[in-house]
Amino acid sequence: MAEGVKPRVKVPKSASAGEAVTIKTLISHQMESGQRKDSDGNVIPRSIINRFTCDFNGQNVIDVVLAPAISTNPYFEFDATVPESGEFTFTWYDDDGSTYTDTQSIEVS
Amino acid sequence: AMVLPIRAFAQDAPMVGELAEFTGGAEPGTGDITLTAPEIAENGNTVPIEVSAPGAAEIRVYALGNPVPGVAAFTFGPLAASQAASTRIRLATTQEVLAVAKLQDGSFIADRKEVKVTIGGCGG
Repeated sequence: MAEGVKPRVKVPKSASAGEAVTIKTLISHQMESGQRKDSDGNVIPRSIINRFTCDFNGQNVIDVVLAPAISTNPYFEFDATVPESGEFTFTWYDDDGSTYTDTQSIEVS
Repeated sequence: AMVLPIRAFAQDAPMVGELAEFTGGAEPGTGDITLTAPEIAENGNTVPIEVSAPGAAEIRVYALGNPVPGVAAFTFGPLAASQAASTRIRLATTQEVLAVAKLQDGSFIADRKEVKVTIGGCGG
């Protein structure tokens, strides 16, 4: 049920130490709510991304629990503090047990 | 006829849960929390919202008129530069959206916005 899932993240390439940077993330996913019915009247089973996390060099930035009321192609925008150069790790958890990750490095001067 | 598989998410997936589970039944007060949402949403399938509560440990969002009210729970780690986030949500119908923040001292504060929805977002 998880075809064509593609994470996309937008992180600045560089920042100064301790600066707050804005991060935008989007993952293509149908987020089937479990509320809809097909043409025969059967409920289409729920299939969503149920959790999203962002860490920087192993320290957490944000941890989000998602319900079916999050729109198709879940989008998040938030601010992170970058104390030093390093790597952001983004992880999305699917109802079907799959996880999707993306990483982005940032240069701190 | 197709047999639908029984899925394992119910016990595995984290849940946003009910408001009463979050606050322990306490009525949230007012304070430094802002829920930004449009007054009118033409398409209930994708309604942009933003929550912000400086210093909060966690913020939860509830769509009180949806079949399942819990929308999202945001927990902020040590590297969060602000206790704020934006996302897009589904609203089934015109309703009140509620944001509740848990502060470091364990108290709860809330903000709410009425959103008029022209086309519902929970399909049926």
